[in-house]
Amino acid sequence: MTPTRRARALQALAIGAGTLPLVSLCAAALGDGLGANPVEYVTHVTGGWALRFLLASLAVTPLRRTFGWSWLAPLRRTLGLIAFAYACAHYLIYLGLEHFFDWRLIAEDVLKRRYVWAGFTAFCCLVPLAATSTRAMVRRLGRRWVALHRLVYAAAALAVIHFCWLVKADLREPLLYAALLALLLGARLWFRLAGSRRGRPARDGAQSRLSGIG
Amino acid sequence: MLIRRAEAIRTSEITPPELVLRRRELLRGAGFALAGAALAPTLACGAEGEAPPAAPADANPFRTDEEPTAFEDATRYNNFYEFGTDKGDPRRYAGSLRTRPWSVAISGEVAKPGSIDLDDLLRPHTPEERIYRLRCVEAWSMVIPWLGIPLGAILERFEPTSQARFVAFQTLHDPEQMPGQRSRVLDWPYVEGLRIDEAMHPLTILATGMYGRELPNQNGAPLRLVVPWKYGFKSIKSIVEIRLSRSQPATSWNRQAPHEYGFLANVNPDVDHPRWSQKRERRIGELRKRPTLPFNGYAEQVAQLYAGIDLRKHF
Repeated sequence: MTPTRRARALQALAIGAGTLPLVSLCAAALGDGLGANPVEYVTHVTGGWALRFLLASLAVTPLRRTFGWSWLAPLRRTLGLIAFAYACAHYLIYLGLEHFFDWRLIAEDVLKRRYVWAGFTAFCCLVPLAATSTRAMVRRLGRRWVALHRLVYAAAALAVIHFCWLVKADLREPLLYAALLALLLGARLWFRLAGSRRGRPARDGAQSRLSGIG
Repeated sequence: MLIRRAEAIRTSEITPPELVLRRRELLRGAGFALAGAALAPTLACGAEGEAPPAAPADANPFRTDEEPTAFEDATRYNNFYEFGTDKGDPRRYAGSLRTRPWSVAISGEVAKPGSIDLDDLLRPHTPEERIYRLRCVEAWSMVIPWLGIPLGAILERFEPTSQARFVAFQTLHDPEQMPGQRSRVLDWPYVEGLRIDEAMHPLTILATGMYGRELPNQNGAPLRLVVPWKYGFKSIKSIVEIRLSRSQPATSWNRQAPHEYGFLANVNPDVDHPRWSQKRERRIGELRKRPTLPFNGYAEQVAQLYAGIDLRKHF
């Protein structure tokens, strides 16, 4: 397989994986699979997948650098955009089906409840990243693109905090994501330190970032 | 602080046992409608000559006219952490709970303490149907037709002493039967408590069934508390121990997060939980939210129990 064809196949696979949760939600909605509280269920499912795809997008660079899998690089943008799509769905359900677009209630919720604030801020961080994810924007912004896209670390951290703060007592799942995120961010720190010790700039520079968000 | 408040409850405010017994006869003889009407003045006169509150939420507080939640939903969407923290876990895993033989220990400030087989505990009573709203602290609600016995009628048989100011309840602790207890998400066993006047209130029942049949395991079989004006977590499930005490007992969620869950835990739209606004609720089966009523719509029956208490402070 040529590198281009392999990249295309990988993209198709990622997009296929990205639509699976949506397909299963639709199938559940046709039957009785959304349970007794469908709004809550769909909110949790879309939020969960937004976080999982965001972490998957953040896993691309460490995997690429650890194993030298340069062909993984294009996945970073694809996975990031899938995460953004689920985050949008999550956010729209919150606005429309939790608060029925009552902006006063929404503002109160964001300001009063820390987990809502964390989730809202995480979403706000993702918006400019998605907006500047096209090749044209990458070229136009140059080095500023790299700086801007560091926001993804804040978004991921806030998304994990959002999850930790919203659960009542069972922190096992959110802490699993927290550990995963710590691992992914720790790997970046390690690469950076290892790179500077050898007297050259970290390899995670603009070149490898040209291909997408993350 | 809470303890001192409890001491302020005069013995005269506690429903006398004769009244509880008379009420039971009334209920048997005259049916719910008549009993409800006869009870109304008894309930209202606790509030030192105050005018009765505005229009009642229900014509008969024991049986709301609201549409009961689908049985399917009431039995697949449960918070019962003893079987797991997912709301589907109780139905998935509660099959391992053995509800017979089952005994309940009654101890503390009673003249006749002891452990009693559940069937012997229930034998002298006829379960009554109570159709109550159930409001979860997570801002969802249901309407459940319970079958149960007024808690007061059961407690009277063990002759509470004049020192009894609180009633503490405990759920079964057996990780073999309750797999959720293998993880330490809560400090097991689950414990809850009421003030004695709350426990003796005619709305408070020990439920043994719902929807005209035995309690499903995931709903707290074989014996659970139902206190309809309080958030659902107060209505402790699968009870094995009832202890009457002089001092306020520890309660599980209060111990877990004292600033989030109080001892009283009365449904109150004016006091938000840090994570949920309590102003509105989603009735299971409905899309739009509805406003939450003070005391879950039972203010006329219970508000006088809390006269003079700052309910913002004692949430």
